[in-house]
This record gives sequence, structure tokens and C-alpha cells, in this order.
Amino acid sequence: MARAISPQKKWTFTILAWVVALILFFPILWTILTAFKTEGDAILFPPAFLPPHWTLENFVTVQTRSDYFKHFFNSMVISIGSSLIGLVIAVPAAWSMAFAPAKRTKDILMWMLSTKMMPAVGVLVPIYLIFKNLGLLDTLTGLTGIMTLINLPIMVWMLYTYFREIPVDILEASRMDGAVLWKEIVYVLLPMAIPGIASTMLLNIILAWNEAFWTLNLSAANAAPLTAFIASYSSPEGLFWAKLSAASTLAIAPILVIGWFSQKQLVRGMTFGAVK
Amino acid sequence: MGKIVLENVQKHFGTVKVISNVSLTVEDGSFVVFVGPSGCGKSTLLRLIAGLEDATGGRILIDGADVTDLPPTKRGLSMVFQSYALYPHMSVRGNIGFGLKMAGMPKDEIRKKVDAAAATLNLTPYLDRKPRMLSGGQRQRVAIGRAIVREPKGFLFDEPLSNLDAALRVNMRIEIARLQRSLGTTAIYVTHDQVEAMTMADKIVVLNAGSVEQVGSPLELYDRPANLFVAGFIGSPKMNLIGGATAEPYQAATIGIRPEHLIVSRDGGGWAGTISVAEHLGSDTFLYVEVPGVGLVTARTPGEVSFHAGERVMLQPDPARLHRFDKQGQAIRG
Ligand SMILES: Nc1ncnc2c1ncn2[C@@H]1O[C@H](COP(=O)(O)OP(=O)(O)OP(=O)(O)O)[C@@H](O)[C@H]1O
Ligand SMILES: [Mg+2]
Repeated sequence: MARAISPQKKWTFTILAWVVALILFFPILWTILTAFKTEGDAILFPPAFLPPHWTLENFVTVQTRSDYFKHFFNSMVISIGSSLIGLVIAVPAAWSMAFAPAKRTKDILMWMLSTKMMPAVGVLVPIYLIFKNLGLLDTLTGLTGIMTLINLPIMVWMLYTYFREIPVDILEASRMDGAVLWKEIVYVLLPMAIPGIASTMLLNIILAWNEAFWTLNLSAANAAPLTAFIASYSSPEGLFWAKLSAASTLAIAPILVIGWFSQKQLVRGMTFGAVK
Repeated sequence: MGKIVLENVQKHFGTVKVISNVSLTVEDGSFVVFVGPSGCGKSTLLRLIAGLEDATGGRILIDGADVTDLPPTKRGLSMVFQSYALYPHMSVRGNIGFGLKMAGMPKDEIRKKVDAAAATLNLTPYLDRKPRMLSGGQRQRVAIGRAIVREPKGFLFDEPLSNLDAALRVNMRIEIARLQRSLGTTAIYVTHDQVEAMTMADKIVVLNAGSVEQVGSPLELYDRPANLFVAGFIGSPKMNLIGGATAEPYQAATIGIRPEHLIVSRDGGGWAGTISVAEHLGSDTFLYVEVPGVGLVTARTPGEVSFHAGERVMLQPDPARLHRFDKQGQAIRG
């Protein structure tokens, strides 16, 4: 519906939107700026907004001291791996729930979501012990697995909402055209669901990339992703604001870039169903 | 080949009986139309034949083979949906050829068949377009192309024209009827538009509340409706159905007379009444006449006769065209 908006109102909204965006973005900007300061400048009071002496020293220190690229690699494996495995499980699950719902489908969906309402720390001990007994502690396999499991409910939900939007007629038409189940999925359902699957995958990569509870608790040195890399700088050795900021900047940079380029997909993904 | 037989087919959704005991034979090569009011189960019956719904009871046979438990892929029928249901991510060529691709036909053979189908349906210029870049009528033709290219045992149509405007609808109606005759493929066509039913069908199946009311050729249904429901449903404007004292002299609970079978005059015999509305359509004029003791009676006269509202007229039913019904609503013959 096109509604007339007065120019005044439009300006007010624009300014408000910018203010909110800047407030939200400010901590990230501050982190990035601090990363380029010397340790001394970083703790100046009153704080200096722009670095008085620009330096790349923090980045160099951070890389030499704790091997950014190794953690980066681990983060990639965990986030992309868990998203791919998650999709393999979630696509068929959401498919059957959306297109062949049974009496209890709604309940199962709610139950899956409810697992996300439980505080993670509540199951830390059993999961830790399971990991320990299976020798999964501090392995990429273990972390990818746990990340798949904790994000699975969200993936199923998102895909379910997407699939529900696909007209059943079209799938029935393919059946009439002689497409057996796997052909129906490969040739008809998947191509129509690709946008939905892509946003689900992106959101999941971001969630897995930023996840800090399980990755911190279940990894030590070998499989530690970037979250652990950041955490290692908020150490009792003392405050290294600039180095911590440099580590954080390096950790969030890839996801920021992915997020920037896939904005459209993400917004569409998250508002899917709400707007047509 | 494509003879479709239904034997006592039933369908329940939970506790709701949607189709109860439908038995029906659709002869090979014939054009059968299912008509009935909204919600009577036309689509459900068609989907049962297609295999998109599982029957609760009864048997469905295609060319003598029991297909009741076969999935749609194994029944060899094709379907045209009301929503067209084209594959949005495929070109027109891809849409039409999809069924052949699923059947594993070689690429160049598919190409030949699709080209031929597109030529029949005037779709050749659009073969590389996506469905969203087509008009409603063109989409409809793609859906039909997709159905014919597979040379199925039968076509199933579920209100394929209801999204088109009136003029296009008439064109497509003729086009579909002609196509079906030239291919000689069995067709089952669902509609609630009785003009479509009358003009296209070899045989009409009138459905009401999940049961078959009558099966017959269009003229059989028009001339000899088996019961009140069919009498009221087939024909436009509707047959006048009159009960009470007026029907008594005819030894019937209800009599029916079609608007075109009333002789309207200013001073002849019959029922005397006053015209309350006169609808001039050009070719015809419909008169809605208030007859005391009988009610509102519709009469159809040639367009050039000039009656107007407020006038007193006489309505004389043509005794040869009078229908009589008993208390149960069944037609009384003889
Ligand atoms: N999946 C379903 N679950 C429960 N009831 C259903 C289902 N599908 C159809 N029905 C019911 O079955 C009845 C017949 O539906 P159907 O779609 O066959 O009607 P129709 O004759 O095609 O009507 P229309 O002319 O409006 O398309 C309706 O009362 C409908 O509510
Ligand atoms: Mg219907």
C-alpha cells in the first residue's frame, strides 16, 4: 500500500534511522579504531576518537602471538561445515513438515524450538562428559557436530517457513509430470527454495561464527575458532585494549564482509512470510 | 487408450465424507465434464483420479488396470491446474518438456515434441521466456502444452479457465475442445460454469454434496433432468420450479418449466402476472413476472418483442416441455 508520507516525516524517519544505526554500529567502529592505536593511546582519558598515532603493530603482534589464520581456518570449517551438514538434515525434515504434515507436526516444531529456550549451561556437564568420553574435546569434528545440533532447530524452522510459501500445486504438477520424489526435490523444489536455503545457510554461518559458549568450553588449542582467539586477549595478564581490539577486528571482519554482501538475502530471509 | 472407471469411490477427510460412493465410466476418447456447486467435491474427485489424493474406499481403473494404490507418476494422466502451476524457474520450453525429461526421453526428441506442441498452441515466440513474463492466456496455453506433449492416457482439467477474462475464456474453451477432439484423448474437465459444461461435454456428470445426481449428454440433462437438483442446476436462466396448488393439476409435487418454454402474450391463456423486471440483452429479453399464487416466474422472449416493466402479461407453459417431480424431488416420467 502506497501511503503519502510528508517530506517532514520522511526526514525525521531518515535521521532517526541514522541515529539508531550509528548507535548500533558505534561499538564496532570503536573496536576497529582502537585496533589502530598504541596500547598507550587506547587507555587515554578522555579517550581520543581517532588514533593519535596510527599503527599496525597490534595486528602483527596478534598474528605472531596466537596465529590468527589457524583460528580463522577453524572458524571457517566449523561454521560452513555445520551449516552444510545442518542443511542436509534440515531440508528433508522441513520438506516433510511443510508438505506432508502429520497430526503432531506443529508440536514437533514447537518442541524443537523449545530446546533453544533452555540455557546452554544446563547441559554443559553432560555434553562435556560425552565429548570427553568420545574423544571429541578440542576437535573440529566435535565442534562442527555440536554447532550443527544447536542450530538445527533454527534451520528447520526457517526452511519450514520458506517451504510453506511454495505453492503445493507446482509440486503436484511435477508429480503429474512423472517426477518421482527425488526428482521432484531436485528439479522443482530445490530451485524454488534456493533463496530460502541460501539465507538459512548465511544466517547459520553467522550464528556459528559468533557462537562463543560451546566453542569456548569444548576447545582448547587445536580446534579453537576465532571466538577463543578473541577471548585469549581478555586475559588476566593485564589489559591490552588495543590488541584485544585488533583480535576482535580480525575476527569479525570476514563475517562483516559476508553480511555486507548478502544484506538483501538476509533481510529477505528474516522477513520472509511477513511481507509479500 | 484411456478408459477410466470409478467403482464406489469414497473419500473422507477425517470424519468428513467428501465423496460418497461415486461410480462412473469415462469412455476412451470422450470429453466428460464434472459440474456442481462450489464445495460439492469436483476437485476432490478429479484429484482422486489423478492420484493426488488417496481414496478411502472403492476402486479406480484405467484401461482395466487397478490404479487405486498407484502414485500419480504411474497413472499416465496429465493435469491442468486452475492456478496453472507452471515451474517458475524454467522457461516455457523447460515447462512443456519437463514431463518428457522425467520420462528419460533423449534431448533432441524432446526438442522436436516441444516445438510441435508450441506450434499448435501459438507459443513458438515465447519458448525462451519465463512464465512470469507471460500473460494469463499464454500461461494457460503453456499449462495445456505441458499436458498434451506427454501424450497421456487422459487429461484432467480443474477449472482451467476461471482466471481468464470472459472473451478469452470463450476462445480457450473452443481451443481446448478442438484440441481434445483432434488428439482423441480422454478428458475430464471440472467446472462450475454450466455454459462450459454444456458446450464442451460429450457427457456431463452433475455432482452435489459428494454424490452423482445424474450423468448424461448435455441435451439429456437439459431435456430430461432426473431430479429437482439437476433441473435447477442445468440451464440459464434457471428452470422455474413451482410447487403447491399450481402443481396439483399435473399430479406432481413440483412442476418445472424453462423460461424459454413459456409462451408470453398480452391476451393469450395461462397464468396472469405483472412484469417486475425486464432485462434486454439484445438477442433475448428476460422477463421476471410476478404471478399471484405462483410467485416470481422467469420467461425468455426474443429480443425484438417489446415488453416492459409494469405491464400485465399472460404466461402459457408449453405442455410438451413441462417437467414433473414427485415429493422426493425425482422426475415423474410419462
Ligand atoms: N484437505 C482437505 N481436508 C478437509 N476437507 C477438505 C480438504 N479438501 C477439500 N475438503 C472439503 O471437501 C469438500 C469438497 O472440496 P472440493 O475442493 O472438491 O470442492 P469443489 O467442488 O472443487 O469446489 P469449488 O468449485 O469451490 O472448487 C469441501 O467441503 C472442502 O471443504
Ligand atoms: Mg475445485
